[in-house]
Amino acid sequence: MTKTTNILLAGVGGQGVLLASEVLSKTALREDYDVKKSEVHGMAQRGGSVVSNVRFGKKVYSPLIAEGEADIILAFEQLEALRWVKYLRPGGIIVTSTQRIDPLPVAVGEIDYPDDVLERLEKMEYDVVSIDALELAREAGNQKAINIVLIGCLSNYIKLSVDGLRQVIQESVPEKTVDINLRAFEAGRTHENILTLN
Amino acid sequence: MIDKQLLSGNEAVARGAYEAGVRVATAYPGTPSTEILENIVKYKDDIYCEWSPNEKVAMEVAIGSSFGGVRSLVAMKHVGLNVAADPFMTLSYTGVKGGLVIVTADDPGMHSSQNEQDNRHYARFAKVPMVEPADSQEAKDFVGKALDISEEFDTPVILRTTTRISHAKTVTELGEREEKSVPEGFVRDPGKFVMVPDNARKRHPVIEERLKELAEFAEKTELNRIEWEEKEIGIITSGVAYNYAREVFPEASILKLGLTYPLPEKKIKDFAAEVSKLYIIEELDPFLEEQIRAMGIEVTGKDKLPITFELNTKIVRDSLLGNNSDILEKEEENESDELPYRTPALCPGCPHRGVFYTLNKLGVAVTGDIGCYALGVVPPLSAMDSLVCMGASIGNAFGLELALGDKIKGDVVGVIGDSTFMHSGITGLIDIVYNKGASTIIILDNRITAMTGHQQNPVTGKTLMGEETEIIDLAKISEAVGVKRVLTVDPYNLDQTKKVIQEELDSDEISVIIARRACALLKYVERKPPLHVDSEKCKNCGFCLEIGCPALVQGDGQSRIDDYLCTGCGVCVEVCPFDAIEKDGGIDD
Repeated sequence: MTKTTNILLAGVGGQGVLLASEVLSKTALREDYDVKKSEVHGMAQRGGSVVSNVRFGKKVYSPLIAEGEADIILAFEQLEALRWVKYLRPGGIIVTSTQRIDPLPVAVGEIDYPDDVLERLEKMEYDVVSIDALELAREAGNQKAINIVLIGCLSNYIKLSVDGLRQVIQESVPEKTVDINLRAFEAGRTHENILTLN
Repeated sequence: MIDKQLLSGNEAVARGAYEAGVRVATAYPGTPSTEILENIVKYKDDIYCEWSPNEKVAMEVAIGSSFGGVRSLVAMKHVGLNVAADPFMTLSYTGVKGGLVIVTADDPGMHSSQNEQDNRHYARFAKVPMVEPADSQEAKDFVGKALDISEEFDTPVILRTTTRISHAKTVTELGEREEKSVPEGFVRDPGKFVMVPDNARKRHPVIEERLKELAEFAEKTELNRIEWEEKEIGIITSGVAYNYAREVFPEASILKLGLTYPLPEKKIKDFAAEVSKLYIIEELDPFLEEQIRAMGIEVTGKDKLPITFELNTKIVRDSLLGNNSDILEKEEENESDELPYRTPALCPGCPHRGVFYTLNKLGVAVTGDIGCYALGVVPPLSAMDSLVCMGASIGNAFGLELALGDKIKGDVVGVIGDSTFMHSGITGLIDIVYNKGASTIIILDNRITAMTGHQQNPVTGKTLMGEETEIIDLAKISEAVGVKRVLTVDPYNLDQTKKVIQEELDSDEISVIIARRACALLKYVERKPPLHVDSEKCKNCGFCLEIGCPALVQGDGQSRIDDYLCTGCGVCVEVCPFDAIEKDGGIDD
């Protein structure tokens, strides 16, 4: 494969976006791709939007995905999916959790959270997969596992080996949560709203 | 087999220090530099490492260890070098004994900073060489190269990274540690190490000569390489911008500078002569561009590329290949995008919330400082009126009172974190005591350096290397410098917090209030079960929303608590006039 794969992960501070991008990039490295992953730390993580760029291919230069270049957006929260959708390339895929976390201006009642996020996404020329990652993570045993549920769902649309992902997940999560996370991965992977890709 | 790992630039710098035989490493945490020392501590059997109270001290310790003859590294964020600039400028004169590398991690785009100063100017200002890696492999390798240059030319060397180098993970091949010999003892050399005017006057010409030798070195070092492709477009670039240039212009020839000060004039002139059109692609200031223009070379650079914020491939492509009006139009379009902005906010359960809620209700002027608690400015708390730099809150509060006297008497509070107070708050406090001010200072003591991700500091009782140590007592320090009114409050207790702040505002002498409660994100802090709103009791008055807690949401005709976010801290329970917020089952444990 010569073309670079660009995956943009977007969520809210505290949702485990950075661990998810770590799992993807480590798996890609083991499959002998050149890999770059970029995100920001610090103040942005205090409940702000968190974005991680993961790029892998034969040779990758820029650590950032430019607007209109992402093959897939993996969104941990609906509004973040809509916020970053302009980074998707024509024909790209959005995998989004249906979870909703109100930004502070919404929480305090200054502005409304748009109630038609998923409809707006579905009207666009992209393939949209929506998944209730929070509920599936809770069923798997821990609400923190939403990131692994989403990786499981994403695994249907990327060219990284499923066993490779499972292996890296096992090595990346705390030992006592391995079973929960592997269950979360399967829940995401076998989730019913699966696209058929041509 | 070669060990290939995915390392961030910061992890790579740490590994580079290990491989290059560094024995002493110091820093004060600051985004995006923090993870350098957090990773160097993995090699603590070979490298002594510490969190210093501030960057100036970190620099001074590293200078001392270099004078002692061992390879040393000091790391800081860009504005940290301002704090350390005093020792740094004279370090250029003394030079080194053991190699010394100064890592400055700049933050273009200000992801987590109060300004986006371009620290490349410091290299020119201090007349010291500077290397700039373009990925993690180079970040690792350049540490060793910088130390070699440092020892060969008797000079400190700056290694400058930016956020997208520090925090981007790229594939890196690891090597082994090479031990360097250590002198038998301290070798006295006052003519070089004691910068009294007589000695300093002798050193300055040496520094000028050193710069000429470094410029010759720049011509032949492999740090500066030419990638010849087609000669229609030539590009001179460095650091992360190299990656954007290479991706946007795969067919251009590129002079990639790894040593960006001093510049290789002949190499640049020869390169420029070979290409039809020359672009300089660099983030922030026209640092390379101005020097290259001064060589009499015509270039395209900041006339097309932005001088503010980060670059990326899109900006480089649109600026150099597109037309500018397209870009402007696009920006306007983005601004009209009306999605609710997700601003960072104080976390649910944050102990600072109670203090800022109280300050907001009191309506006083608040001089702020650097740390998580800068988020006290975010509505609805909206309780911060100034923020300049580390430690500034205390001097700012005093200055405001001097300027306005009786008009603002009893209406000013300075707020500063525990680590920031240790960094540079103490001297401000001494100033107020010494010059007979009556300010009210609140130390937001959450028992950790929180914003940068929980680093130990002098109040925590632990060192970077994991050892138990003396706990520096904030109250005793305040008393020792002459503050008589030193009080401690629990910021989860709003009544007590308000009462004490009001009393101290009313007092005619300086007071220090220590608002003490550990950061809610610390592992040892127990997270309580989420609270919930009793729909029968809630009258939708909105008082609870005024604490600005992300877990409290305006629901349909009532407040609602997001149990995914709530930590059960109970501050909202205190502000609800109808006792409508309770623990699950309503039982108070």
